[in-house]
Amino acid sequence: MEPVRVLVVDDEAELVSALTERLELRGFSARGATSGEAALEALRAGAWDVVLLDVRMPGIGGFELTRRIRQEHPDTAVVLLTGRTSADDEETSRSAGAFAYLIKPIPIGRLEEALNAAAGRESDA
Amino acid sequence: MLIAVVISVSAVALLPLGIMSWISYRQYREAFRSELTRPMLRFAEAGKHSLEAYLTERLSGLSLVVRRNDYEQLTDPAYLDSVLVDLKGTFSGIMDLGVIDDDGTQVAYAGPFELEGRNYREQEWFREVATSGSYVSDVFMGYRNLPHIAVAIHADRDAGRWYALRATIGTDLFHWLVPDPAARPPERGSVCSRCHSLAVPAFSDAFIINEAGALQTPSRLYGAPLDTAMLPQLPRADEPRFHSLVDGRGEPVVTAYVEVDRSPFTLVLLSPHDEFHAGWASLRRDLVLLPLISGIIILALIIGGAVYSVRAARKWDRRRAALFHEMEYTNKLAAIGRLGAGVAHEINNPLSIITQKAGLLHDLLSRSEELPPREKLMGLVDSVQKSAERCGEITHRLLGFAKHMDIQRETINLDVLIHEVLSFLEKEASYREIEIEVQQPDDTPSIISDRGQLQQVFLNIINNAFAAVDDGGRIEISIRRAEGDMVAVTITDDGVGIPSEHLPRIFDPFFTTKSGSGTGLGLSITYGIVQKLGGDITVESEEGVGTSFTVTLPIEGVEGRNGNGTRTRAGGR
Repeated sequence: MEPVRVLVVDDEAELVSALTERLELRGFSARGATSGEAALEALRAGAWDVVLLDVRMPGIGGFELTRRIRQEHPDTAVVLLTGRTSADDEETSRSAGAFAYLIKPIPIGRLEEALNAAAGRESDA
Repeated sequence: MLIAVVISVSAVALLPLGIMSWISYRQYREAFRSELTRPMLRFAEAGKHSLEAYLTERLSGLSLVVRRNDYEQLTDPAYLDSVLVDLKGTFSGIMDLGVIDDDGTQVAYAGPFELEGRNYREQEWFREVATSGSYVSDVFMGYRNLPHIAVAIHADRDAGRWYALRATIGTDLFHWLVPDPAARPPERGSVCSRCHSLAVPAFSDAFIINEAGALQTPSRLYGAPLDTAMLPQLPRADEPRFHSLVDGRGEPVVTAYVEVDRSPFTLVLLSPHDEFHAGWASLRRDLVLLPLISGIIILALIIGGAVYSVRAARKWDRRRAALFHEMEYTNKLAAIGRLGAGVAHEINNPLSIITQKAGLLHDLLSRSEELPPREKLMGLVDSVQKSAERCGEITHRLLGFAKHMDIQRETINLDVLIHEVLSFLEKEASYREIEIEVQQPDDTPSIISDRGQLQQVFLNIINNAFAAVDDGGRIEISIRRAEGDMVAVTITDDGVGIPSEHLPRIFDPFFTTKSGSGTGLGLSITYGIVQKLGGDITVESEEGVGTSFTVTLPIEGVEGRNGNGTRTRAGGR
């Protein structure tokens, strides 16, 4: 089976490198980007199953980025990471087209599940 | 202040009421008086005229007789009889007729008595006729022992002699003095009809007295004719007069009386004072009672209203002051909350990094028998440490947010600054009657420091003092030079005091003895500011006695920014 291709996007480079390495160890094919613009470029350059996205980023914010990704790459699922819960934010993320909305710090196990589910859903469709 | 409000509002409300009441009282009294006295005076006037007319008529009748007849004719008994009959027919009341010569001897008589031969020379009436030409007598008991009067006129005779013509008149002339019109004898003649229309005012006694004060007619109160009316001597009254006096029995009475011209009579209309005033007394009671009760009610309402208003005003001011304090705390809380939220948010990132780096370390170590390369491991551990440090910085920022502000430098007179801080609390101080005394010896120097932050410091300490003292408590603030080029400010209150076991922790963050309220950050922030300004803060306290905070500050201040924004070092080095 093909490994799930994950693009990890966060403005904290340290976090991106740690996450991508851990995901690789777990059988994902993971790359990182540290800005919204870089993410969009990477998406145009290659094919991805899931984009793991931090909501709070400078430049293009998480929700706006989600909308654009879902528009330009409807085959790619988006999972949002955030530092706080909010009913409004959940609603916004849903309407922006995100698959899931996760609170960090997140245990790696749960992240795996969410990414697999997001990718799996796509492959079912 | 309450008393001043009550007095001034009462004056404004009650003065007009009082003045109006007084004015209307006087007017009513006057109206009432004249209302009561007028009928009496009118009656007296009318009675006087009536009587005078009656007497004049009869005297005129006699005059006509002596003009038309001469002495010889009149001394003829039969002729005198016929004259009497004529007179009787014309003038009611004439009972008899007599001719008395200048000797005083009755030389002729027509009438029911046997009076011929009587001599009247010694009698007063004879002398009066001789001198003044006419005479009207007092009432005397006459025919059938009924009251009568006698009238007489002087007539000339030839040879310089004179005689008197005398008539006795029954006192039906006084019949209209009977109060009940129905009990009066029927009208007779024109004069009669006029006097019949006179009504004796209710509750009054009407009678006639002579110059000696003897009743000439029956009096309801004082007796029968010829009894002495128990009245004191009345002043002369040619016109009807109204008079209040005390009668012979000691009862207060009011009278309207008038003398009847050319007679010994005085017409008296009299009423007991109480009866006379009965109507007035009850009206007067109402006139006084009503404003009095109104005044009392108004006063009560004013006092009640003033007390309520002052209390409400105090309550609202206290509330406002409390709200200000709450707002201050809430603002601080909100700021802390925002900070906290920001901090939490910010901490998430380094925390996530720690989680993932440590997680990666765990993954690498658990996946194979061999250890990963040393550099890799070191790199991961370094990363974890760096992120942990980052977390520390962020949390410190929460506690030390006050330290982030740059310190301004300016010359500050602590006495002035303390009073500025006190002005914010002066309303609460005055309502709670908290006494505040500020002492500063004249030679205490100004210091260089940050005005805004010092205000925060002292506001916090003085606020705590207010919270600690009871109403009527006392706060003393002293400002003085201290060792080592410092100035010390001591704030002492006589409030509840701090238990000794709490004293060491009083400046700790989040330490509070107030359950449920306050964040416990006030004193720790104050402590931080004082430290930053180069000073020190200490506390002494005894439970039940009071608490004393001392803030020491350097005269020269610390490094900071001048008013124009340039950085400067502490001077004097």
